[in-house]
Amino acid sequence: MSTPAGTDLTATDAAELGRLLNTGDVSSTEITRAYLDRIAADDGELGAYLHVDPDAALARAAELDSSEGDLGALAGLPVALKDVVVTEGVPTTSGSRILEGWRPPYDATVAARLKAAGTVLLGKTNMDEFAMGSSTENSAYKVTRNPWDRDRIPGGSSGGSSAAVAGGLAPWAIGTDTGGSIRQPAAVTGLVGHKPTYGSVSRFGLIAFSSSLDQAGPMARTVLDAALLHEAIGGHDPLDSTSIPAPLPPLAECARRGAEGDLSGVRIGVVRELGGEGHAEGYEPGVLARFGEAVALLESLGAEIREVSCPAFDLALPAYYLIAPSEASSNLARFDGVRYGLRVGDDGSHDLDEVMALTREQGFGPEVKRRIILGTYALSSGYYEAYYGQAQKVRTLISRDFNAAFGIDDGHGVDVLISPTTPTVAFPIGSRTDDPIAMYAADLCTLPASLAGVPAISVPCGLSEGLPVGLQVMAPALADDRCYRVAAALEAAQDAARGHRFLDQLVRRTAHPEEPA
Amino acid sequence: MTTLSRNDVAHLARLARLAVTDEELDLYAGQLSAVLDAVAQVQKASVEDVPPTTHAVPMTNVVRPDVARPSLPRDVVLAGAPAAEDDRFRVPRILQEEA
Repeated sequence: MSTPAGTDLTATDAAELGRLLNTGDVSSTEITRAYLDRIAADDGELGAYLHVDPDAALARAAELDSSEGDLGALAGLPVALKDVVVTEGVPTTSGSRILEGWRPPYDATVAARLKAAGTVLLGKTNMDEFAMGSSTENSAYKVTRNPWDRDRIPGGSSGGSSAAVAGGLAPWAIGTDTGGSIRQPAAVTGLVGHKPTYGSVSRFGLIAFSSSLDQAGPMARTVLDAALLHEAIGGHDPLDSTSIPAPLPPLAECARRGAEGDLSGVRIGVVRELGGEGHAEGYEPGVLARFGEAVALLESLGAEIREVSCPAFDLALPAYYLIAPSEASSNLARFDGVRYGLRVGDDGSHDLDEVMALTREQGFGPEVKRRIILGTYALSSGYYEAYYGQAQKVRTLISRDFNAAFGIDDGHGVDVLISPTTPTVAFPIGSRTDDPIAMYAADLCTLPASLAGVPAISVPCGLSEGLPVGLQVMAPALADDRCYRVAAALEAAQDAARGHRFLDQLVRRTAHPEEPA
Repeated sequence: MTTLSRNDVAHLARLARLAVTDEELDLYAGQLSAVLDAVAQVQKASVEDVPPTTHAVPMTNVVRPDVARPSLPRDVVLAGAPAAEDDRFRVPRILQEEA
């Protein structure tokens, strides 16, 4: 598990692994093997992966080690993909029984770009079924555990990716975010997770949940790693009609500049409606305390802090839980037992309609069924205007609040908005499964950016009761670079004060469980 | 408070092609009534003259040159099908047979 230099490769960030590969100190095979060893040792309990093919990963690493051409900065580095990303010939289930055993005939653009960049696919990570959930407990296959406390959830829906990266079972991973499914799991496992501007990372080959909201993005141990992974997957794709034909801003460069620690002239707005005065109900005191300390730290780096009010954010949760289920009820109509996946009842005694209904009944889990039924209701004639139509108008109000805060029309706004990423730290496994409303509340802070399509990053900002707390940085559309700059500045200042990286606290605790963190 | 009865849920499930069980009807009717009550808060917003947002980015029609390209090979596509026959997807009968 260690290189000749004595480095634990599974605790090293991806940028450093890339440097070691470049100087010839380690091979892709050594790195890949180190991660596969950790998966073999620990994933039985952690449950981060749904599919791992060690032989294929090692063969790919060997191929890259012997290749002559220069594939770029990511060549030889392993990566894990959330199981919502379609991968040619590699089982892809989206966490659902209805796709059990399916091997897709093509690669998603995200998977194809990572392949072209010379990465090694470590495996496919567990997730809430069709990305519907905030704890990964809605997976049809298994429970995933939080590496910080194995009795707690790793967040969701990208909880397999968060557990893998935080637990040393992947250097970084791809997640997808519809209402917070990258940022919330990143926050509760002490990672950096970024939801890109809607339309800036291709959705081609992501199994659709809510098409107007879904975005793929990076989950990593450091802000710089997230920026590097984001650059590899982002940019225009003609195969996605909502893909924005604009180049990405220089993300890694902004992360490096941010880490220098100077935020003079940067205007940061603290959103009152997300945990501020009069809006703190449901937020844990420990989360608010860490957030407040981080705000003070950002101010000490030169940022100008002011409070900003975004009144429509109060209605983000109800609007989201109408829009997303409505789109899901339509998107999931494709799972009809005809062209791929499960088919039930095809024994000559049922007609096509009955076979579809039996297939979907057996193939979908409870949360998926609940959302399909809710979405069907919200879209049905007689209720459409009062529910779906009204939610879409609230969505407009939320976008207007962002535009006003960022001064899009008058120039007198802030550069970024910040909030806690989640109202609470990771909750115990099983504690919210019987109460959909309590589960939905985990996304309270992440939903506004999803509905408005603006970029948002979660970066660790300390521990509460020994568990990670995340801070969210939101920026105007296509200004993802601002998220990386502010997050990198906060990360660097905290690392300097602490004397080591955030995730090293978990590595030390795992190595010496008796010592206090 | 808006509620969804067992019959409402059964009707919606039928529209969505879900053969839900009696136990599920009991469970979902209660849970979905609570969810519906929560999401109905959107009706509190004053939205006079507010246009709806369907997508966060402007949606424009995207065109490309009309050039023929190979599609996925038929065998590859049918390999993932639950049932195939004569190079086609096989499905249960749709129309009742005439006696």
